[in-house]
Amino acid sequence: MPTTYLEAIREGLWEEMERDPDVFLLGEDIGVYGGAFKVTDGFLERFGEKRVVDTPISEGAIVGAAIGASLMGLRAVAEMQFADFITCGFDQIVNFAAKCRYRWNAPVPMVIRAPSGGGIHGGPFHSQNPEMWFVKTPGLKVVCPATAYDAKGLIKASIRDNDPVIFFEHKGLYRKIKEDLPTEEYTVPIGKAKIVREGRHLSIITYGAMVWTALEAAETLAAEGISVEVVDLRTLLPLDRDTVCESVRKTSKALLLHEDTRTAGMAGELAITITETVFEYLDGPIVRVTAPDTPVPFSTPLEEAFLPNVAKVLEKARWLHRY
Amino acid sequence: MLPCHRDMAVLFIRGVPLNRIFAQYMGRTGGLTRGRDGNMHMGDLNLNIISIISALAATVPVATGCAMALRYKGKQGAAAFSYFGDGATSRGDWHEGVNFATVQKLPVLYVCNNNQYAYSTPLHLQMACEHVADKGPVVRHACRDCRRQRRAGRPRRHRPRARTHPRRQRSLHAECKTFRMTGHSAHDGAHYVPKELFEKWEKLDPITRLQARMLEEGWAAQAELDQTRAAIVAEVDEAVAWAENSPWPDPATLLDDVYETQ
Repeated sequence: MPTTYLEAIREGLWEEMERDPDVFLLGEDIGVYGGAFKVTDGFLERFGEKRVVDTPISEGAIVGAAIGASLMGLRAVAEMQFADFITCGFDQIVNFAAKCRYRWNAPVPMVIRAPSGGGIHGGPFHSQNPEMWFVKTPGLKVVCPATAYDAKGLIKASIRDNDPVIFFEHKGLYRKIKEDLPTEEYTVPIGKAKIVREGRHLSIITYGAMVWTALEAAETLAAEGISVEVVDLRTLLPLDRDTVCESVRKTSKALLLHEDTRTAGMAGELAITITETVFEYLDGPIVRVTAPDTPVPFSTPLEEAFLPNVAKVLEKARWLHRY
Repeated sequence: MLPCHRDMAVLFIRGVPLNRIFAQYMGRTGGLTRGRDGNMHMGDLNLNIISIISALAATVPVATGCAMALRYKGKQGAAAFSYFGDGATSRGDWHEGVNFATVQKLPVLYVCNNNQYAYSTPLHLQMACEHVADKGPVVRHACRDCRRQRRAGRPRRHRPRARTHPRRQRSLHAECKTFRMTGHSAHDGAHYVPKELFEKWEKLDPITRLQARMLEEGWAAQAELDQTRAAIVAEVDEAVAWAENSPWPDPATLLDDVYETQ
């Protein structure tokens, strides 16, 4: 039976808790209620209060306690109810967790799960994509899976990792996508991008929910004779620059796509990476499709205008192909 | 053990050697952070000391997690020690950390060094209650109607008692009333502190009072005290010399240890 993106994360968490008694969960409403999105449904019954800790509404204390427990040898998996609330624990993440190893050789093997992304009519405080705040912080790892397979493999790899990982799970994908997962155990390495569709004429480099937008656009473009390669970054920090540059070296054209807002988004870092490394292979300008520089609006027509979509990608891709 | 910022005594007593403390101040490889950080910003997991960060009270929720891990691992009688100053208790992290530990009935001992000034800010601009201990989770009453709420609003003081059974564990607050006898740091002349306060607290200095008592009661002779002082000065000089000879970090190591594997 196919497994949804949400179920894949749940399976990954479950398997790691079964495997390693030092793994525990903490967050708001994750126990009795099973989490706002029900990712941890059934965990309290199986693993008990000791390993599934319902917390006060205190993101700073959730992250802080995760750091303390991880410094003491446990592996904490903290849930932010919505990625938007991660700001309340920002100092703990960027100043405490991220800098421990560099400053005093103290590993902080914790994971912060953060349901992010728009398209669910959540408005300005339940729809953001705050990944770049953390990509700017050396010492953290930032993971953004797009598929059920990767979501499961990456949550397991994140829990086993000895550095702090921010795991952005796109809540728009939770129940929207599903696939058959291997029955045998697997992990997906952090820091490795994946070519999810091979092509010759141009590369769309993206991550998270936009991978599906890119794939849909690529299908349409294929019918027009435009062969599109789609690169799913999967991890933003550390960034797999080799796979990105390899793809652009092959196709000579790059369209950068993300749901996050425009200025200082991932596209900027990708553009300079491509320019520094494979400039002489480029046959056109590097272009980007992103959300505009606004908060995420609530009302349907506004949010639809805000989010990148297939039509916007098609327009830019056709222009770039003609260039 | 989660020391307060600038809490050299806790680190020293806990076992961080003096020479390494000085090397830390000088940015040398002999410091606990090998030049990655300065002054008291250091820790050593082998000594169970967790390093502070500059944001005050950030260690308070971390102490909650440490206590959680102690209970998780079944370490009977163990507790997390969380040190902070009066100013730190104004931060949200302090309230969140204390509240979470209290809700979870975790073994945390909070030690507040209330020295009455946070940089130049006196206590009455830091908090509207008289004691830091008044901020602790000590109010226990049901809020069923406004009149009862008003009567019950006066907090009862915490009565700490040793509890070792995990089910009966709880966090405790200790507030140490003291005074900062210098500025916030070397550049700060503390001109904003009224002279009378320095004069008043100087008389209360526990170290000079102990010394006077020792002489008075005949526990020690002046010569012995002088000898001890000279020995301490020599030990400090030796540690400083060691630190000055400790190598500077190699710039080639700049990129190391951001992650477990680069």
